[in-house]
Amino acid sequence: MSEHLLDVDDLYVEFRTRDGVAEAINGVSYTLDAGETLAVLGESGSGKSVTAQTIMGILDMPPGFITGGRILYNGKDLLTMPESERQKIRGAEIAMIFQDSLSALNPVFTVGDQIAEMFQVHRGMSKKEGMAKAVDLMEQVRIPAAKDRVKDYPHQFSGGMRQRIMIAMAISLDPKVLIADEPTTALDVTVQAQIMDLLKDLQRERNMGMILITHDLGVVAGVADKIAVMYAGRIVESANVWDLYAKPAHPYTQGLLDSMPRVDSKGEELYAIKGLPPSLLALPPGCNFNPRCPHRRERCVREVPPTEEVAENHTAACFFWKEVARG
Amino acid sequence: MSDPNASVSAAAPETVETETYRGSSLPPEPTADKPRSLWSDAWRELRSSKIFILSGILIFVFLIMTFFPSLLTFGKDPYTCDLTLSRQGPSSTAWFGYDNNGCDVYTRTIYGAKASILVGVFATAFTMLVGGFIGVIAGFFGGWVDSILSRLTDIFFGIPLLLGGILVLSSFPASDSTNLYGEVGKVVLALGILGWTSMTRIMRSSVIQVRNADFVIAARALGASSGRIIRKHVVPNSLAPLIVVATISLGGYIGAEATLSFLGLGLQPPVISWGTMINDAQPYIRVAPFMLFFPAIFLSVAVLSFIMLGDAVREALDPKLR
Repeated sequence: MSEHLLDVDDLYVEFRTRDGVAEAINGVSYTLDAGETLAVLGESGSGKSVTAQTIMGILDMPPGFITGGRILYNGKDLLTMPESERQKIRGAEIAMIFQDSLSALNPVFTVGDQIAEMFQVHRGMSKKEGMAKAVDLMEQVRIPAAKDRVKDYPHQFSGGMRQRIMIAMAISLDPKVLIADEPTTALDVTVQAQIMDLLKDLQRERNMGMILITHDLGVVAGVADKIAVMYAGRIVESANVWDLYAKPAHPYTQGLLDSMPRVDSKGEELYAIKGLPPSLLALPPGCNFNPRCPHRRERCVREVPPTEEVAENHTAACFFWKEVARG
Repeated sequence: MSDPNASVSAAAPETVETETYRGSSLPPEPTADKPRSLWSDAWRELRSSKIFILSGILIFVFLIMTFFPSLLTFGKDPYTCDLTLSRQGPSSTAWFGYDNNGCDVYTRTIYGAKASILVGVFATAFTMLVGGFIGVIAGFFGGWVDSILSRLTDIFFGIPLLLGGILVLSSFPASDSTNLYGEVGKVVLALGILGWTSMTRIMRSSVIQVRNADFVIAARALGASSGRIIRKHVVPNSLAPLIVVATISLGGYIGAEATLSFLGLGLQPPVISWGTMINDAQPYIRVAPFMLFFPAIFLSVAVLSFIMLGDAVREALDPKLR
């Protein structure tokens, strides 16, 4: 097996709450190579953000518990690493962009301060050098008149500009892996496109591996190389973008694709997957998707479907993937 | 504050921005050009507050009394007394009259500010540092650290401030030292040893609010250490309530000092404080009420001005009240 940049291997995470144990992640595995973009797709509560938080080591523990699996970064397991070593990786090697840029920036310091801090902490630069770097980075993320705006506070920027500042902070130390947790959800559509373009360009220039967490299929298509679809803490299907869009092999993926509005379906009622996502406190037995699945059989309630290879680099966790793929 | 010219150039790029809207959460300020932070906003708010200006002027006068009392007493010395003038009422030569020992009450009242203000300031500083520190540790680390520190705080919180002060001061009675700072230090310790609990509670709850803020998580995700997160992100964002409570309790400590001194436990003569003056005057309240009246008025006004200042600061720092 060749070594990947980032290798999440059979990860299990649960939250022990007052109401019981919520099984947030149940055996997630994915890999990421340099220069590659992996989109992790799923509804709220499907565990896509929890996986990212576990990789970053910012999971709230307790109530969160990692009950199994490994996360290898350049062959080294992040989960067994001493905290001091891990802190050096955070920010410098693996960085993260958050969804809500207003609350992810410290309101009492100027943005320049906050970007410069990255260089002061990790590179031991002086404040002045850091500020020069901050202006430089703000230009790289295409903030107009960066020199004048470096001394502004976060609330003086628009949503899109703030997200650019978040991105500038995240890429400041040339990380190898960039995790973007719904980076465009809080923005309006035109700005979304600009931010996605920026991310894509930065990723190409720097040959970063990027994990893009989203629930927006439209965002994914233009940017991602491969996709992992998550449902109730499992990856139900993973493939490269075109295979997944062309030949979905899991009924959930198929449902997601069918529920996208299309230009040629004008006037028709939009398809929706029936039912609600399951409660993580009480997952349905067998295949977690079975209560909502149009292909459901008796076997789906009894057994958990294994992840099967559908084609090269294309896997799905469904007993009847052949039937689904045929459409 | 930065000069207004600089803000013009900072505002210009706003028009070039490709994204035309600005977040709706912004306060609708027409002069939003100047880089503003919570503190500069608060300062702007304060400058236009009548209560702040009034209490500011009063506190300024009290500070002059503290550090340059002779400016206000026209060079008179509070310890130069003439027994023949004992308990003479206010007149044009002695505005506030003379006390039992024939000392000028006006001069002594002015000089008395020093001990009272110093006790207030140092007791507040002490409780802010100790209480704030414990509160940050308890709030930030949570779990068993929080449980232990919070229970400890609760235990101390249960003992009334004055009772504790009386207990401490009567267990360690006055030494023969006439050193003002030594005496003040003792009273500060007596008040601070129980006073820190309310600061701890305030700081703890405000740190807990900030601890889970996205920018703290983001800072951690970008590799900041706990120490740095506390210094840069948690403390600056949770300090406002502490400052408000500290300003208000400064007045409370001045009052507590006077109470202790009145009971004969706080500052001891020859140190002059409003509390000791009230104590001295108390037996003669029917013969010479002015001896009690003037220091008591000064004490009340001092306490009131700090409480007003605290109120003004609270209003300025709380965006919900705008």
